[in-house]
Amino acid sequence: MTLLIGSITIGLILALLALGIFISFRIFDFPDITAEGSFTFGASIAASLIVAGINPVAATALAFVGGMLAGAATGFIHTRFKINPLLSGILVMTALYSVNLHVMGKSNVPLLSQNTLFTWFEDFSNNISGKDAVVNLIGWSVPARDLWTLCFCLLIIIACSLLLFWFFRTNIGTAMRATGDNDQMIRALGVNTKVMIIAGVALSNGFIALSGSMLAQFQGFADVQMGIGMMVWGLASVIIGEALISENSLGMVIAGAVIGAVLFRLLVAIALRWGMNPNDLKLITAGFVFIALVLPGIMKKTKKIKLIQ
Amino acid sequence: MLELSNLYKTFNAGTINEVNALQDVSLSIEDGSFVCVLGTNGSGKSTLLNAVAGTFITDNGTIILNGVNITRQPEYKRARLIGRVFQNPFSGTAAAMSIGENLALAAKRGRKRGLGQVLTATILNELKEKVKTLNMGLEDRLESPIGKLSGGQRQALTLLMSSWLRPDLLLLDEHTAALDPKTAGKVIELTEKIVTEGKLTTLMVTHSMQQAVNLGDRIIMMHQGRIRYDFRGEEKKRMKVADLLSLFDELRRKDQIDNRVAELLELEYV
Repeated sequence: MTLLIGSITIGLILALLALGIFISFRIFDFPDITAEGSFTFGASIAASLIVAGINPVAATALAFVGGMLAGAATGFIHTRFKINPLLSGILVMTALYSVNLHVMGKSNVPLLSQNTLFTWFEDFSNNISGKDAVVNLIGWSVPARDLWTLCFCLLIIIACSLLLFWFFRTNIGTAMRATGDNDQMIRALGVNTKVMIIAGVALSNGFIALSGSMLAQFQGFADVQMGIGMMVWGLASVIIGEALISENSLGMVIAGAVIGAVLFRLLVAIALRWGMNPNDLKLITAGFVFIALVLPGIMKKTKKIKLIQ
Repeated sequence: MLELSNLYKTFNAGTINEVNALQDVSLSIEDGSFVCVLGTNGSGKSTLLNAVAGTFITDNGTIILNGVNITRQPEYKRARLIGRVFQNPFSGTAAAMSIGENLALAAKRGRKRGLGQVLTATILNELKEKVKTLNMGLEDRLESPIGKLSGGQRQALTLLMSSWLRPDLLLLDEHTAALDPKTAGKVIELTEKIVTEGKLTTLMVTHSMQQAVNLGDRIIMMHQGRIRYDFRGEEKKRMKVADLLSLFDELRRKDQIDNRVAELLELEYV
């Protein structure tokens, strides 16, 4: 049960990553691999600042800003110099690897004895439920602090989702969605699509960096390798969400991305528990996304064949 | 008043595929005038429209719209003055977004877009009234994605969108070419209504000589990147489809003569 709660908590943290990927991939149709760098960038900024004694909330907020800068760089390279989106992302991602090493000063920064967001949640739990309290949850005894941590993560992700939902229905947010949908049309309506793309990719990477900074604080370290495979991971979450929720209204799609992220993390946890080799994780994730991308096309074809017969 | 002077545009300059799409095009259109642009394929009629819209920056010449020099302005800045409907019915609307959202986007053409909600109660009401005038029963479906509508419906909505905020200039780029004849007729009817009601200055590219004869107060005929004929006033009113057809034939014949002369010269001197 503790394992389950831990998985859901990580799933919620990675839901921020899924939201970021949702913005770049689904809203802008921009295959943005900057994610792999900005995820680590967020983690390294937060970790270094926390070690330097900065307030964890400020450190996390600055991680978000850092991610936005990374995303803006990708957007700028793409729109200003007409470099293809994937290559723009690869350039920034590669550059960020060195930047991350500089920010952290080494390849791994431990946060075990530091004040992080999650030690705050623990303190809160100790004050409310008493130190090392145990809660009985449908027959299982679970540490109260794990439950409180889960609740806080849930609150943060709900707040972020609502914020995005609100934003994408404002005048400027709607113009962003239209940029991804039909840039010719929205340019004819007086919107500078280049600025929209830069801002959108920045927003996306802000959320991804936020996710990275929170994961680093949760697991107690930031590592220069932690961003590898994160783009596909986020994409898998978004795809699962879309499969679960067939409706494509904005609110449902955002909710789908969050639910997909939690579910995907749970699936992975279960598979690992059943003895899957952790080294195979990325291989299987990639395979999963491949199948999810190919399957709809194949299903359409078989349907057609059936109809013909 | 739209004033084009000595516009030039060459695509793929210096390559085998070099196209002189616009050559010394000068044209001035008075306020409230409705101009139909005719031309053979590749005559530069769509290029002319795109040059005014800002899809590309011209090589030479100036474009002045109501006293504003827009020659070097990017497309999105010109949108404040210009409303547009495209040839492809899917180009003018964002398919995944709702009818309401698409229209609301157009209600802010060329204006500052802030953090206010896009679909407020007031704008929804205004929207409903406007859509009702189309008589397509769309006013009850404002929530559904615009991509589910037919090409004709989408083109009608695009027309509504392009003229929501009164544009100084309305550009119509063969906007009925992709529709079936019946729908095209309806869209043309709507076009006429919107243009006359708003007294809009309009530049319409068309492939249909019938449309050019029936609509507007001026016909311009382009060929090989140049304006070859310009009829207005009484002369335009007297124009019939047959007259236009014979003019086209004449242009083609001249072409052939040009080519034959070139061949002859080649045989003589090369």
